[in-house]
Amino acid sequence: MRYVDEYRSEEAVRKFAAAIRDGVTRPWTLMEICGGQTHTLIRFGIDEMLPPSVTMVHGPGCPVCVTPLEMIDRALAIAEKPGVIFTSFGDMLRVPGSRTDLLSVKARGGDVRMVYSPLDALELARKHPDREVVFFAVGFETTAPANATAVWQAKRAGIRNFSLLVSHVLVPPAMEVILGSPTNRVQGFLAAGHVCTVMGYREYEPIAAKYRIPIVVTGFEPLDLMQGIFLTLKALEEGRVGVENQYTRSVTRDGNVKAQGVLREVFEVCDRAWRGIGVIPKSGWRLRDEYAEHDAIRRFDVGTITAEEPSVCIAGEVLRGIKKPNACAAFGTDCTPEHPLGAPMVSSEGACAAYFNYGRTV
Amino acid sequence: MTDERSPRPADAPFDLSCPVPLSQYPHVLLAHGGGGKLTQRLIEQLFVPSFDNPALRELHDGAVLDVGGRKLAFTTDSFVVTPLFFPGGDIGSLAVHGTVNDLAMCGAKPLALSAGLILEEGLPMEQLRKIVDSMRRAAASVGVPIVTGDTKVVDRGKGDGVFVNVTGIGLVRDGIEISPRRARPGDVILVSGEIAVHGIAIMSVREGLTFDTVLVSDTAPLDGLVDTLLSAVGEKVHVLRDPTRGGVASTLNEIAGQAKVGIRLEETKIPVSEDVRGACEILGLDPLYVANEGKCLVIVAPEAADAALDALRRHPLGAKAARIGEVVADHPGRVVMRSRIGGLRIVDLLTGEQLPRIC
Repeated sequence: MRYVDEYRSEEAVRKFAAAIRDGVTRPWTLMEICGGQTHTLIRFGIDEMLPPSVTMVHGPGCPVCVTPLEMIDRALAIAEKPGVIFTSFGDMLRVPGSRTDLLSVKARGGDVRMVYSPLDALELARKHPDREVVFFAVGFETTAPANATAVWQAKRAGIRNFSLLVSHVLVPPAMEVILGSPTNRVQGFLAAGHVCTVMGYREYEPIAAKYRIPIVVTGFEPLDLMQGIFLTLKALEEGRVGVENQYTRSVTRDGNVKAQGVLREVFEVCDRAWRGIGVIPKSGWRLRDEYAEHDAIRRFDVGTITAEEPSVCIAGEVLRGIKKPNACAAFGTDCTPEHPLGAPMVSSEGACAAYFNYGRTV
Repeated sequence: MTDERSPRPADAPFDLSCPVPLSQYPHVLLAHGGGGKLTQRLIEQLFVPSFDNPALRELHDGAVLDVGGRKLAFTTDSFVVTPLFFPGGDIGSLAVHGTVNDLAMCGAKPLALSAGLILEEGLPMEQLRKIVDSMRRAAASVGVPIVTGDTKVVDRGKGDGVFVNVTGIGLVRDGIEISPRRARPGDVILVSGEIAVHGIAIMSVREGLTFDTVLVSDTAPLDGLVDTLLSAVGEKVHVLRDPTRGGVASTLNEIAGQAKVGIRLEETKIPVSEDVRGACEILGLDPLYVANEGKCLVIVAPEAADAALDALRRHPLGAKAARIGEVVADHPGRVVMRSRIGGLRIVDLLTGEQLPRIC
């Protein structure tokens, strides 16, 4: 398949693996930000092709994993309301809240539907004017423009029965939390190519300068990752800091300016709780007051929701790259994708699920 | 929204969060019928212990019974597909093919089928006629009569138009003994053609996904293909399975578990059409877990592998047959695949339904 096979060539990947082996003189620890990148690393066995002195730790870039339990409970409470059609991307349907998950709400009669785009949810709202259609808007900067567009269109078309349950999170503040932590081990980052496709990479330049690290904007195919790792290690070995762009076929320094315009029009920055990490200031987006009518949080009164998370699993340490999933005592025994104890085991992009599904039990 | 907790300084210790596990599902979920772990659990923990007997314990596509010295294959399958009509077939032909194929996977020639129809009040008679005619044609194409049947009608809203059950009996060919338990180290694994076609074709209609080309379901009766194969290599065929729900990955996991052997696959050898690969890339699905309706997996003794592959390729339904892996003594119960770039990964049973990823 064109534009895919080229980036999955064993020969090309091995060439970069050899260059990495030849060029590395010291141990280095790198973090790939995005869950999609973690998935590729493990699915193709890329990390096993690296020399033992290079450690890849897996970042917090899995939207399903970092969505707080309170937000999932809120989603469940809204989905259980009569008259609501609750829509979501597939991944979120299986994420357990405190007592149930969306698929179980559906099994008990709730109208929960999987959609491929928030615009499909908007279409449902058009078709069912007597119902309340809610879309669960989770994710990073990547998924936000489509969600913003859906709300923007709803407002202009006067579709008043459409709302978003927004739990958007932003990458740069999470990177700063990781880098600013006294236990930080990360010496270089592979930034998330799709996030940067939307946002560009100007906002990473001050982070690279402040923490004296290389950041390489990287794609998602095996060859992208191998090249991104190579460029990051090369910069580390040469003592260079700053932002480089491996994913030039998709990312520019300024990003998608038009998408950013819609985002600014619809969303404003807010503090946001990250599951496993806690509240990070200015790390999320919420709907502006002008869009209050389409904000499910303001539209549906579900009472006060607080969720207690017993501290059994090490999701927080996994999400911050301090521990690997298989270092957890519960990994693969008490905690499996079927019975997840922590969110990274739920989504296929979660580091724990990637380890489990691809058999990294030791 | 405003988060209720106050911002925490970046160097403060973190909450290590984790939700209460959902250890039991008090209700049936769609995933209980998805062919993955929840289906397997239902079979192992409810059905097998409840109905326990030697024929059932084989857990093959159908049961094989000894009747007066002859071996009779017996199987049943219910069909609840939406939409009722899809590119390449409809629920009627699908149901007949499904049961014929389950018999074929036991090494049996189909003798007779039954048709059970559960109809929803309000179903257009014209649609019913089309479905019945499609069943007739599908059965005629393999020369098997539909000899008995049953009809029930449920209130509007309590069915999805039509549900179809087809039960079949067949006679196992002389000298043939096919069972998932017969896979042994050294055996070669063949697949009869490009995988994941049916699942993607259905999904693209159901979800209104449009691609440049129309994906057509591969639903087909495998009786003729199996005939050609068994005429060529006969008892050298150890296992036959049609990888329907849960796809090739789930079926091979079941075989690895039942035969207590390991299975080794080569990703680059598994035939997947460009259209299906493209659709899977877009949707974030793995073709190994997507349903097939006109394909079979063949596990054959190594000395007969080339002859078996030639036989499959001689048949129109097996033109794109390929050798995709082998049975090994290592890692019993596990399916391991060498990835496109040379890394190894375990191919596990899916926990729930395969769900498209967020991004």
